[in-house]
Amino acid sequence: MKVLVAMSGGVDSSVAAALALAGGHSVVGATMKLWGGPADRGCCSVSDVDDARRVAQQLGIAHHVFNFSADFERHVVEPYVADHAAGATPNPCIECNRHVKFDSFLRRALRLGFDAVATGHHARVVRDPDGSWSLRRGADAAKDQSYVLHMLGQEQLARVLLPVGEMTKAEVRAEAARLGLRTAAKADSQDVCFISSAAGRAAFLAERMALHPGRVVDRAGRTLGEVEAVELVTVGQRRGLGAAAGRYAVEVDVARRTVTAGTADELMVSSVPVGPPAWVAGAPDPAEDLEVQTSAHGTPVPARWHPAPGSAPGGVAGRVLTASPIRRVAPGQSVVLYRGDRVVGGAVAAPA
Amino acid sequence: MTVYLDHAAGSPLRCEAAAAMQEWITGAFGNPSGGHHVARRARAAVDESRDRVAEFLGVQPGGVVFTSGGTEADNLAVLGPLLAGRRGAVVVSAVEHPAVLEAARASGREVRVAAVGPDGRVEAEQLRKVVDKDVAVVSVQLANHETGVVQDIPGLAARVRKWAPGAVFHTDAVQGAPWLPLPEATAGADLVTISAHKLGGPQGAGALGIRGAVEVAPVIRGGGQEGERRSGTHNVAAIVGLAAAVGSLDLSCATAVAARRDRLWTAISGSLEGAVRTGAGSPLVPGHLHLRIPGADSESMVFLLDEAGVCASAGAACASGAAEPSPVLLAMGVDKSEAGCALRLTLGPSTTDADVDAAAAAVVAAALTLQED
Repeated sequence: MKVLVAMSGGVDSSVAAALALAGGHSVVGATMKLWGGPADRGCCSVSDVDDARRVAQQLGIAHHVFNFSADFERHVVEPYVADHAAGATPNPCIECNRHVKFDSFLRRALRLGFDAVATGHHARVVRDPDGSWSLRRGADAAKDQSYVLHMLGQEQLARVLLPVGEMTKAEVRAEAARLGLRTAAKADSQDVCFISSAAGRAAFLAERMALHPGRVVDRAGRTLGEVEAVELVTVGQRRGLGAAAGRYAVEVDVARRTVTAGTADELMVSSVPVGPPAWVAGAPDPAEDLEVQTSAHGTPVPARWHPAPGSAPGGVAGRVLTASPIRRVAPGQSVVLYRGDRVVGGAVAAPA
Repeated sequence: MTVYLDHAAGSPLRCEAAAAMQEWITGAFGNPSGGHHVARRARAAVDESRDRVAEFLGVQPGGVVFTSGGTEADNLAVLGPLLAGRRGAVVVSAVEHPAVLEAARASGREVRVAAVGPDGRVEAEQLRKVVDKDVAVVSVQLANHETGVVQDIPGLAARVRKWAPGAVFHTDAVQGAPWLPLPEATAGADLVTISAHKLGGPQGAGALGIRGAVEVAPVIRGGGQEGERRSGTHNVAAIVGLAAAVGSLDLSCATAVAARRDRLWTAISGSLEGAVRTGAGSPLVPGHLHLRIPGADSESMVFLLDEAGVCASAGAACASGAAEPSPVLLAMGVDKSEAGCALRLTLGPSTTDADVDAAAAAVVAAALTLQED
């Protein structure tokens, strides 16, 4: 096959390119330029492009840089700011996967005559006996990234290779070292790629939206303290609640500029409302026992899918019902359902 | 198969230049600033080169400052007069190369931008709006790096002389130099930039030509080489290569190259409805064909052409190599999405009819592939 490998300049995508090549594919590497502003690393900086290019040179494959910064701004950065303004806590990596890497980039690859794209994500794409594609957890449980890929449907999975998904991170690094790739010992990327650690999230958002001081209140509405910026408070957060120390943020109301603080018990819920879901291979039966994971490396807990009857208010498309209480999920975070090690699908948590 | 249509980015070394450089790469050596016979030989090579480049530029030999390339010469042209004490604002056209624009922005002076029309030309009345007696430096390119549109430098320089007698007029002639006789095409300009590798010389050499008694203080300081205007040991081999390249340029091939370029456009536009030629009504350097093909984005076109063996350019790129919406096209009033479909094909003296045929077929095939979706 003709395969376009998305090379971020990290060790995983470097080895993904090497494995695709070793698998007999005709391979070209491409680095996406996603962000024009200051950033430490990630997919955006010139030094990462250099690393990707040097690895491509070592492998003897062509390397291109594709500018997706307009798509990234529109589908990732702008919603990131807008979600915060609405009191939600978005996961920009998931929106980047949904709209840029596995949409714009994949479509670009197909237009350019490629049969598939490969990335360095730790997850597995498996063709099942019935001919359908499944997305499964990566072999390295600690590095599994199936959560951030939950939006991939059949159409995409048929065109996606995840060559390092069968390996542990240690094996990936060992393979990179064996091949003498310069990225073998490169540190994993952390945090949000378009926000520099020096400036931080608060400064990034403050440049792009208005931040408002807010009151911390209890369930009865009594004022317990203040926060500098209500938009920066995440449901479940404990830090920075002032006099309400020891309590958790259980609700953020940007319109009223209040953060409701509650006890650990008040943080627990058994029903998570979500927006429109994306299913890998169709919606699950509401009676089926599944598991839900509510953060990138969270522990899965037993749950079922409960679609909203008809058109529910507030864009709520359904609820994930857990067998036992879990911590509240901050609106904007993704809720992903699994059947064993297979991703069933997922959705973005809506306000409670 | 390689069809090289990116001469505006870099042209192959002419054999005359390669032959002249050979001696200074593998045999002769020495620092031209020394006091012995080895140094004197190197000095003589630089001086002879200076004479040839001076003649090419239409300046006195003492008015040639050898630099590391066009970018350094542009920086020296914009910043040098300011560092020498000249007061006032910097005026640039909206379509200047980043080497001029970024130097102007870094100058700390007020930067005034002269608009261009949809044809890419700087009109006198636009320049009039930003040039007055408070201007120190005016910089207008001879030919645009992306579109190839040629400006009327003698006409603009004469007007600037009238409106702002104290201002220095600079022209970046990097793209014009391979094609146009500089003494006439840049008449009236005080400062003229050229780059070796755009005209068949080596990378890493360029020059700023200084006409008359314009004072230019150094941007790079040190031992005081180049008449205290550019310090650093001379890159003798590259300077010799630059001189040999300009000495062997045959401007008479311009007509034939322009005819090939026009044939390339005819072949492409005949098969691709909606393709637009940039600067169609303007004077263009013979090598440039700049076009916009609806539905065929720059990055995808460059990719597909590369796969077909054709070297082309998106026109504008950032340091990472990603294509950017061209500030030149935006300044000409082209909208952002159309600017994203820019393609620059630049021919050189060595481009053949067969190259043109192959490139036309590849461009049409690539664009049709992209337009299908």
